[in-house]
Amino acid sequence: MDTHLLSIITFLPAFAAVILAVFLRGDDEAAQRNSKWLALITTTATFVISLFVLFEFDPNDTGFQFVTEGEWLLGLSYRMGVDGISILFVMLTTFMMPLVIVASWGVDKRVKEYMIAFLMLETLMLGVFMALDLILFYLFFEAGLIPMFLIIGIWGGANRIYASFKFFLYTFLGSVLMLVAMVAMFTDAGTTCIGGCDISLLNHTFGSETFSLMGVQIVGGMQTLMFLAFFASFAVKMPMWPVHTWLPDAHVQAPTAGSVVLAAILLKMGGYGFLRFSLPMFPVGSDVMAPLVLWMSAIAIVYTSLVALVQEDMKKLIAYSSVAHMGFVTMGIFAANQQGIDGAIFQMISHGFISGALFLCVGVIYDRMHTREIDAYGGLVNRMPVYALIFMLFTMANVGLPGTSGFVGEFLTLMATFQVNTWVAAVATTGVIFSAAYALWLYRRVVMGELIKESLKAITDMTPREKWTFAPLVVMTLLLGVYPALVLDMIGPSVAALVENYASALEAADAAVQTADAAN
Amino acid sequence: METTILFAPLAGALIAGFGWKIIGETAAQWISTGLLFLAAILSWIVFLTFDGTTEQIQILRFIESGTLSTDWSIRLDRLTAIMLIVITTVSALVHLYSFGYMAHDENFGEGENYKARFFAYLSFFTFAMLMLVTSDNLVQMFFGWEGVGVASYLLIGFYYKKPSANAAAIKAFVVNRVGDFGFALGIFALFLLTDSIRFDDVFAAAPDLAEQSLTFLWRDWNAAEIVAFLLFIGAMGKSAQLILHTWLPDAMEGPTPVSALIHAATMVTAGVFLVCRMSPVMEFAPNAMMFVTFLGATTAFFAATVGLVQNDIKRVIAYSTCSQLGYMFVAAGVGVYSVAMFHLFTHAFFKAMLFLGAGSVIHAMHHEQDMRNYGGLRKKIPYTFWAMMIGTLAITGVGIPLTGWIGFAGFASKDAVIESAFAGGSMYGFWLLVIAALFTSFYSWRLMFLTFYGEARGNKHTHEHAHESPMVMLVPLGVLALGAIFAGAIWYSSFFGKVNEVVKFFGGDYTKPSAELVEAVAERSPKASELKYVMESAPGEAGIYMAPDNTVLHEAHYVPTWVKLSPFIAMLIGFVTAFWFYILNPALPRKLAENQAPLYHFLLNKWYFDEIYNFLFVQPAKMIGRFLWKRGDGDVIDGGLNGVAMGIVPFFTRLAGKAQSGYIFTYAFAMVIGIAVLVTWMTMTGGAN
Repeated sequence: MDTHLLSIITFLPAFAAVILAVFLRGDDEAAQRNSKWLALITTTATFVISLFVLFEFDPNDTGFQFVTEGEWLLGLSYRMGVDGISILFVMLTTFMMPLVIVASWGVDKRVKEYMIAFLMLETLMLGVFMALDLILFYLFFEAGLIPMFLIIGIWGGANRIYASFKFFLYTFLGSVLMLVAMVAMFTDAGTTCIGGCDISLLNHTFGSETFSLMGVQIVGGMQTLMFLAFFASFAVKMPMWPVHTWLPDAHVQAPTAGSVVLAAILLKMGGYGFLRFSLPMFPVGSDVMAPLVLWMSAIAIVYTSLVALVQEDMKKLIAYSSVAHMGFVTMGIFAANQQGIDGAIFQMISHGFISGALFLCVGVIYDRMHTREIDAYGGLVNRMPVYALIFMLFTMANVGLPGTSGFVGEFLTLMATFQVNTWVAAVATTGVIFSAAYALWLYRRVVMGELIKESLKAITDMTPREKWTFAPLVVMTLLLGVYPALVLDMIGPSVAALVENYASALEAADAAVQTADAAN
Repeated sequence: METTILFAPLAGALIAGFGWKIIGETAAQWISTGLLFLAAILSWIVFLTFDGTTEQIQILRFIESGTLSTDWSIRLDRLTAIMLIVITTVSALVHLYSFGYMAHDENFGEGENYKARFFAYLSFFTFAMLMLVTSDNLVQMFFGWEGVGVASYLLIGFYYKKPSANAAAIKAFVVNRVGDFGFALGIFALFLLTDSIRFDDVFAAAPDLAEQSLTFLWRDWNAAEIVAFLLFIGAMGKSAQLILHTWLPDAMEGPTPVSALIHAATMVTAGVFLVCRMSPVMEFAPNAMMFVTFLGATTAFFAATVGLVQNDIKRVIAYSTCSQLGYMFVAAGVGVYSVAMFHLFTHAFFKAMLFLGAGSVIHAMHHEQDMRNYGGLRKKIPYTFWAMMIGTLAITGVGIPLTGWIGFAGFASKDAVIESAFAGGSMYGFWLLVIAALFTSFYSWRLMFLTFYGEARGNKHTHEHAHESPMVMLVPLGVLALGAIFAGAIWYSSFFGKVNEVVKFFGGDYTKPSAELVEAVAERSPKASELKYVMESAPGEAGIYMAPDNTVLHEAHYVPTWVKLSPFIAMLIGFVTAFWFYILNPALPRKLAENQAPLYHFLLNKWYFDEIYNFLFVQPAKMIGRFLWKRGDGDVIDGGLNGVAMGIVPFFTRLAGKAQSGYIFTYAFAMVIGIAVLVTWMTMTGGAN
């Protein structure tokens, strides 16, 4: 089925960005309005087209679907495709982008460039989730940084330069290592095709014989090294403890829409990377490092939850809470069983809606009061009942309340981890206590109480535009919370295949080690 | 019909919560109340026509992942049927009562609409509670479990302008989460062991659990024991048992109807329900059950002591609830689940009534809650007085000794608990419960005497304007009074009759005991020859499960006469003491408090649990958080990892300055080119390979 649907989805936003850049002149009100509308129409159209893919997608086929390929410059090959692992990330991206554009309706500084940045960002993010060629993936993965970097650097807060460079440095350092690993992979496998070809990286077995390097025994050999190189990049993107400190700063300085994209989509590229590369391509390496990753995840959950407890800036608090929630994701992935990976993907999708909505919630009051200080608020419920209700819903979803989508991912990943390591599971489960504490404490300080601050006396409730921005997120959060099968059915077979291949690869590696031992 | 019962409250909640702007507040209140009454009537029909066979109704798929498969569904057995009538009846009455109680509220100003919201929360709570008790798997139960937690959070914090109410709401949620932590781990453990969290599968596998071991944290545990223990931690949180009880007294910040519905009759009994529901597992976990008994008895005693000296009328009843929940756990702990349910059932009526009665007093006294400012209200609010009187007679356990059942509801069920504790061999439990019964009697009568007898104290104006509550508030009291009087006597044999009666009531089969069993029982109980039946049903086939060698229910009927009399005597002593302290010699309590100041303050401050927790957990958590943030993130991570980078940051900052001033796209373009060059280089070298 070689349709160009995926290419259209991916490059439609970029195409619109080019149109904006080339044809739209001036920065008057009409130009601003045109660029907003063009961005909205494009992102919406992208979403609608992606729905076709979703409906035509066959979850029971665990291979890549809608594969489209061709030659590219310099003899590189261009291959795109989706499978059960990636399809929902594509959907998450196309779903969130129109909302992000609507949420940016109030932007009045360099609107055209702003929209170009977001449209380019969408293309690059979609490319990451669909690329089936190593180089293509790398290009999308790294280039995605640029628009985000610009969004923070230009439309961000007072301290944006520091934040954007911290963000940039962290992620870029990880990328260099990944690049080296990619060269090694290509050298070893002789192809840059990720999957769906006769010879592909997913079919290739990378060396896992233990060897010693400068006196250090490398258990799992090449695979472990490659795993670590990729890990450096993905862990930063997630972000995992202890390389998470760029995230709170980036969030604090980013404009609302930037935060939403960052939390809802960009953070998922790390998790997706683990599922696309680390687990299937370096199973032995993953297995060797899994205990460490599990512990890092558990520490992340407790550590960042405690830190979130004492934050005074709303965005920082939610950013730390994001790190904690991403801890559940990495934990689920490296539990490496069906519930774990199902839960991890579910958690990523759900976190996309919930954290996106929470940053929008901050944006709503930031637009009115121009401060993110928690202490500057209090008693908002008195004047903003609709806002209070929506904020409550997403606070509860963030806490992982059953019936909201936040629960399913946490529950599955914890349950999966319990089967692998009860210590990690027990430590991580304390996260449910801390998250309740920091989230409700935040809600109380902002929304509850008497409205006594003079500056808040005239604050107004959400506008219809704001309500409509939230509506789809509310629906998705509740729908997936009540009927998670919508997601789980989609990803189940592909995850099952992944888990199975992972287990058999480990067995094969074990058998090989034993044969080698016997031969000696 | 079951589906209607389940979803009527949800519909009510949605209509009241979102529809009131269209249909008006009053209509919203009536609709949600009407739907609740509908659910209550249907529940009674289900309960009375229920034939004992477990029914299952699948509604929708829920979480399915690999071998984990759960549904939204209804499991209807006797246990569920009992809970259905308790929940819907009390809830319907509380809805009705709230018309009067919430009619005017000084916490809200002119033009602030709060009534529909209140009813929406109440209905939502009822829905969540019904989901909890109708669940056929542990995940849906967890949904209900946390759902009632949220409803409780919203209702405790209903007066959102009051800082104390907000604090209490968060406390309730977070402390419950500590319990949920254990509950969740218990679910995970069950899944690991049985590969399912459906009750049917779990119960079928329960006997094997006792033979298995599970490595949890630092050592191997007996699988049944650890699962039972972890699940019980959840029960401790929800049912406010010792260690995790601190949220319940604070929860009294919520409006009084809430206290009656959630913090007396239904939600707090969810823990007891959980233990009874999981009886097939609990039966194979003797050590965990010993812990349940121990903790239940200790809580019953502890809460009763604190209740002795509280001055806030609602707090007295709150501690009383905490204490009575301890009774239920003792009954469950010694393996007589039917009696635990019996006390849950009767307690729902009389405790809800006490709370609603207290609400009526508070209503009459213009939201004054300190009993020191009451007094002599008997004449002013006669109906409320009589309702409270019936409630007090029920909770203190007034009845004709040795008949077992002729008496107020609490007489039948509480004595059944105490006799079961004795028969179950828990002397610790037995004695603490008897002492707690004495205290219960004392603080209940103290409440009555301080409120309704003696001189009017406090604000004169308030007393002059004290008025009886309207009909919508009195009718629910009347209905609950019927329950408080008769519920014990009517259902005595179903919950605490002969083994065959009880087993049949819960939908199980019974059989003759083996000769060895009769012999074994003869060694500790005089009337072993009377042991005609034991439960035969396999785990999970009936509403509750009692192992074939569990004869405590039988033995409880043949405890020595002094044991049977002891709660009655304790009740009398408590009454006489209270009469002496508060009627004959009202100056005495103050003198005693002064003479025994340390003890008095120890009790008044609730054994200093809040202070200790604040010192041990709350403050350290904040300190550690601040430390990790400033030192961990700030100094170590940023300092360390960025140390290298910081050297080049100034360079980048200059670059960014340029980017700012218009070079932005040049810069971006340069990056793209850079990456492309890297990639090309890689392709070329790779291609040569």
